[in-house]
Amino acid sequence: MSEHALGARESLAPSLPRAVLPRPNLARYRRFLSPLAIVLLWQAASMAGLIAPRTLAAPTTILAAAWELLVSGELPHHLLVSLARVATGLAIGVTAGIVLALISGLSRLGEEVVDAPMQMLRTLPFLALVPLFILWFGIGETPKIALVALGSAFPVYLTLFAGIRGVDPKLAEAGRVFGLDRRGLIRHVILPGALPSGLVGLRYALGSAWLSLVIAEQINATAGIGFLINDARDFLRTDVIVVGLLVYALLGLGADALIRAFERRALAWRPNLIKA
Amino acid sequence: MSENRTVSVRGLTRRFGANTVLHGLDLDLEPGSFTALLGRSGSGKTTLLRTLAGLDPAPGDAEIRLPAAVAAVFQEPRLLPWKRVWNNVALGLPGREVKPRAERALAEVGLARHRDAWPATLSGGEAQRVALARALVREPRLLLLDEPFAALDALTRIRMHALVLDLWRVHGPTTLIVTHDVDEAVLLADRVLVLDAGRIAADIRVEIPRPRSHGDARFVALRRRLLAELGVEAEVIREAA
Repeated sequence: MSEHALGARESLAPSLPRAVLPRPNLARYRRFLSPLAIVLLWQAASMAGLIAPRTLAAPTTILAAAWELLVSGELPHHLLVSLARVATGLAIGVTAGIVLALISGLSRLGEEVVDAPMQMLRTLPFLALVPLFILWFGIGETPKIALVALGSAFPVYLTLFAGIRGVDPKLAEAGRVFGLDRRGLIRHVILPGALPSGLVGLRYALGSAWLSLVIAEQINATAGIGFLINDARDFLRTDVIVVGLLVYALLGLGADALIRAFERRALAWRPNLIKA
Repeated sequence: MSENRTVSVRGLTRRFGANTVLHGLDLDLEPGSFTALLGRSGSGKTTLLRTLAGLDPAPGDAEIRLPAAVAAVFQEPRLLPWKRVWNNVALGLPGREVKPRAERALAEVGLARHRDAWPATLSGGEAQRVALARALVREPRLLLLDEPFAALDALTRIRMHALVLDLWRVHGPTTLIVTHDVDEAVLLADRVLVLDAGRIAADIRVEIPRPRSHGDARFVALRRRLLAELGVEAEVIREAA
């Protein structure tokens, strides 16, 4: 959304007189003024004693805590543990989603076998499965990874399946006239045609994976960002809790940026990206 | 395959439910001929073309003989948007060294410098020229054109007509163009078939020497005759003129 707004502003620029040209740059920075003002107000209120540290630590305290956690190696350690959980869960979930979508997307029989149960399962709020997962998998790493995998499999399955079925049949027809067999059709027409939709699913999957991680790390974790937050809660360390939340946010942002960069390469043929 | 026929169809009947679209149709196309297939919408012309292109299975009781190398250009370019222009031309080509062949075909339609472009950046006429290059690069014995210029503007269409005639003269494929445009049929083809209710209602040789002009008296006469075959009354023609 914000990209559209920026794009519109930039496209207006050429019609402005030359002398006014530097302004758009200022406008870009203006966006950061109000968040900055909020942080400054927050800092002032903390210093004036209006916000108790056990309610919410001051920004400077949070920064100091972040630095301390970073230097002590505590934050990198927990971060790596969390990243490993997400990476493993995502790898399993995304692979399962892709395989199932290919099975049901590319064959009628596959659709009959796979799609109905998937559509039923997807209506289940998967986070509600936590109690069952604890009974099945105990309280170690397995239920955490399983939850991330489950959360990321469905978006990939649903979007890729829809993408495969949404490929223009006229393109497939042209492919057949020009001598593509079934394998060639899948490789040159169906999979590239389903990729944009599948990548949207991958982005949803990443969002879902972080959410699953947050919930999963509440299950008796002894390491990970979630553990860091829970542990800090016991000691009323709101500064550490906020550091943990910020790390979650940054991880989500980073993952999204990664997918966007991949999209820009893989979907370079799309009209909106050509113009950009 | 008999020597003086590229295409030979006997007794082709196609039904969709209770609706008979093609009615025991016979068709012969001579090697290197340029034939136009005219018909109102619903006359079965697209069904016939799809059968010849191998897109619809031929019914068992019909006898259909086709060359192995068949290529088609559709009303929409049907380029794969995720493949660069030359990759689209080379799509499904067997063997190595496909890139030079694709580039040569693109040069023939005047698009050599667009070889690395994405299809989404092309104009409608350019995209249709790429589709033409994609058909020609296969060196087809039979070239099927399914209303290929219907979606283009009038000026682009004139240029495309000239281009198709040039390419046909150089490569000499047996060409069948499906169109509802009488002028296009008379301008391009040396034989015009009128399809009506699933049967060939008229089979007319076009003896006008090329280049043909709309003002030519023979052109006007043939045009009127074809319109009459299509059920357009003479008064309507006069009023429109």
